[in-house]
Amino acid sequence: MESLPFQTLEEVAQEKADTAAPKEDETSSPEPIEEELIAETEIDDPIAETKTTGFFSRMTQGLRRSSSKLADGITSVFTKKKLDDDTLEDLEDLLISSDLGTNVAMRVCDNIRKDRFDKEVSSEEIKQALASEIAQVLQPREEVLDLSEGPSPRVVLFVGVNGSGKTTTIGKIASKLSAQGADLLLAAGDTFRAAAVEQLKVWADRSNSGFLSRPDGADSAGLAYDAIQQAKQENRDLVLIDTAGRLQNRTELMDELAKVVRAIRKVEPTAPHDVILVLDATVGQNALSQVEAFKHTAGVTGLVMTKLDGTAKGGVLVAIADKHAIPIHFVGIGEKAEDLHPFSADAFANALVGLSDDVTGE
Amino acid sequence: MFDALTDRLSGVFDGLTGKGSLSEKDVSSALREIRVALLEADVALDVVKQFIADIKPKAVGESVIRSVKPGQQVIKIVHDGLVEMLGGGEEAQGLRIDNVPAVIMMAGLQGSGKTTTTGKLAKRLKEHERKKVLIASLDVYRPAAMKQLEILAGQVGVDSLPIMDGQMPVDIAKRAVNAAKLGGYDVVILDTAGRTTLDEQMMGEAASVADVSNPSETILVADALTGQDAVETARRFDERLKLTGLILTRMDGDGRGGAALSMRAVTGLPIKFLGTGEKSDGLEVFDATRIAGRILGQGDVVSLVEKAAAEIDQEKAEKMAKKMAKGIFDLEDLAEQFKQMERMGGLGGLMGMLPGAKKAKQAMDAQGLDDRVLKRQHAVIMSMTPKERAKPALLNASRKKRIAAGAGVEVSEVNKVLKMHKQMAGMMKKMGKGGMKQMAKAMGAMGQGGLPGGQSMDPAALQDMAGKMGGGLPGLGGPGMPGGMGGLPGLGGPRGGKKK
Repeated sequence: MESLPFQTLEEVAQEKADTAAPKEDETSSPEPIEEELIAETEIDDPIAETKTTGFFSRMTQGLRRSSSKLADGITSVFTKKKLDDDTLEDLEDLLISSDLGTNVAMRVCDNIRKDRFDKEVSSEEIKQALASEIAQVLQPREEVLDLSEGPSPRVVLFVGVNGSGKTTTIGKIASKLSAQGADLLLAAGDTFRAAAVEQLKVWADRSNSGFLSRPDGADSAGLAYDAIQQAKQENRDLVLIDTAGRLQNRTELMDELAKVVRAIRKVEPTAPHDVILVLDATVGQNALSQVEAFKHTAGVTGLVMTKLDGTAKGGVLVAIADKHAIPIHFVGIGEKAEDLHPFSADAFANALVGLSDDVTGE
Repeated sequence: MFDALTDRLSGVFDGLTGKGSLSEKDVSSALREIRVALLEADVALDVVKQFIADIKPKAVGESVIRSVKPGQQVIKIVHDGLVEMLGGGEEAQGLRIDNVPAVIMMAGLQGSGKTTTTGKLAKRLKEHERKKVLIASLDVYRPAAMKQLEILAGQVGVDSLPIMDGQMPVDIAKRAVNAAKLGGYDVVILDTAGRTTLDEQMMGEAASVADVSNPSETILVADALTGQDAVETARRFDERLKLTGLILTRMDGDGRGGAALSMRAVTGLPIKFLGTGEKSDGLEVFDATRIAGRILGQGDVVSLVEKAAAEIDQEKAEKMAKKMAKGIFDLEDLAEQFKQMERMGGLGGLMGMLPGAKKAKQAMDAQGLDDRVLKRQHAVIMSMTPKERAKPALLNASRKKRIAAGAGVEVSEVNKVLKMHKQMAGMMKKMGKGGMKQMAKAMGAMGQGGLPGGQSMDPAALQDMAGKMGGGLPGLGGPGMPGGMGGLPGLGGPRGGKKK
């Protein structure tokens, strides 16, 4: 697969630039620690972020992300030429190879065909058109999650498959809210994976949040129950409940999750007030099945997409937005607390087609 | 999900008669559908394109096997192509463990399952290959990652490198290799931190770890649910780390696993193991055939054939065939057919596995037709004396009453069974005289020609056969049943399934 059909000279050049760029990282890494100091309550924590990528290095990383497959592809497909069937097919292929799925890809292409078929188009124009088509699908799902209001304690449950980034996302949200003055309790509901409890404990310490855990293998439903009761007694504003990662087709594990939800309702009939499904940007069409299953079992109220700092652009989010009326709250672009950003439909669409380098739009 | 491809393909080939050889046009239209199917299974676009281009010349001009639908045949060719591409012809490769202590380095994106897999691998090496294993975590970034590996080591009963706070990954790697040498370990597994391939600093770190530890295996651990990004990730890791193999995790999910094909295609590396489940023994040897079936969504046809072969009692089937050849078909035979259907998972299970039979199944569901009907009818026959079963003419009103009471049904139900039997017996008689040759041919095709390599079941032959049997089970069928359904119990006929 060395000779990709749409690998362009630009991409090759870009790759060269990629390998040249890192020097900046190394030289600029010592200074930004001071910035980090403000955000972090503990810097001498041995397992905290030893990886000191500062503001500048993160920006260059952001720039490097412009070597997005889709962007390069479009540039090579459209160098100002007539939009014919072949080019439209290529475009559709490119959308599919960004995980948009066949249905959405076809529809987006049909829409572009309607307006511009047989006309001269430049790659920039086609990117704009694509971005606006995609943004249109995403727009209705753009909804910032304001956790600072609502019932007290507000109960937020985090669900998802293994390794999607639930615990890290909870940690980030806790750090942000705590910095805004909220009083939180973190419940380590992942009683299965080794050291999941310790992982969340580190985040609880960093964010000065309350923390509740049970020994490994304990019943997570019971833990959720106790967490809400404890939060009520201690007058906490929020309870963030972690759960063990589970594949959505494992009935016994999904039943266990349903039990957690039932236990939560027993203490607080209106809870959980938010059920956040955490999705990994690298996942392909299976994300659709994840959304369906977790929606069915736990009543998902919102989505977070993590790991958008990698090569995967999370195009499946468009397919999800097209099919399910579930708000998308945040995107994660790194491991630090400040790497969690509110979801922006326009920024996401622009980054997907390569109009912009920044998925966060900030 | 699995129905999608077969349904679509049966649409494409509906107009074809299946004579002569596969024309380029037939193949092209089939491959278009297969292309979409592969993309939906998350196989990377470039890989799909290459694969389709490779497979096309193999399919065009292929002579059509009589009893097989062209669509089925194309799927078979594609299936074989996938198996080949996945390395099906190769000998299963274990891990290279020489130069004691052999270093195995685990790399991958965040959350791909490296740490869990490290635990599983350690357990496997210890228990299956009797190796003395040391595991060490180089993940100094994710909170409690090192603790996680330490706990896993305890669970699977291998040693882990003592955690020293503040040490950087390269130093930990050196310390681990040293400790392995001094401690007389056979294998040391280095579990690295998850990283994105764009993070130059982290990729450089991984390369340095490889430099100082000189691993004999460098394994990329990847999520089987990965989408189109699989190629990019595999290529970038391979470029920097000189990978020697892949392990795909979360194979117990319901993803189609297209990432396996993508990663294999782009790196040419063997897929060493598949991770299933979160328990420490959930590590399986890679099986190309299984993955190919899964990617294509054809796994069910394969298991149907396997099931048929395993469940149908050859001896009984042959005995029945002899009787049928004489045109005899008594109630005992009918009961046997019911039973064989039940063994194969009942009506629903059977229909669910047949490609293109979705509609028939829906019709059945709509009519409330289920396995209870089969069971009841079987009970009716079982309530008869052997004599009655062999000679249904004996059954008068009082005998029928007795049978109904014995089976717990109304007399009308008994009559239904008798009517069904009468129709089938009549048909058998006709066949015994003239049509038998044809039928035997259809069945023979099922046993041999229709099942090339035991890989694909031919619904055409089934339908053919069912058609010849004249909609065999009218009492079962009801008015709305699609033609060809009724004769299904004939599946249990002679040589149904592959011979051992």
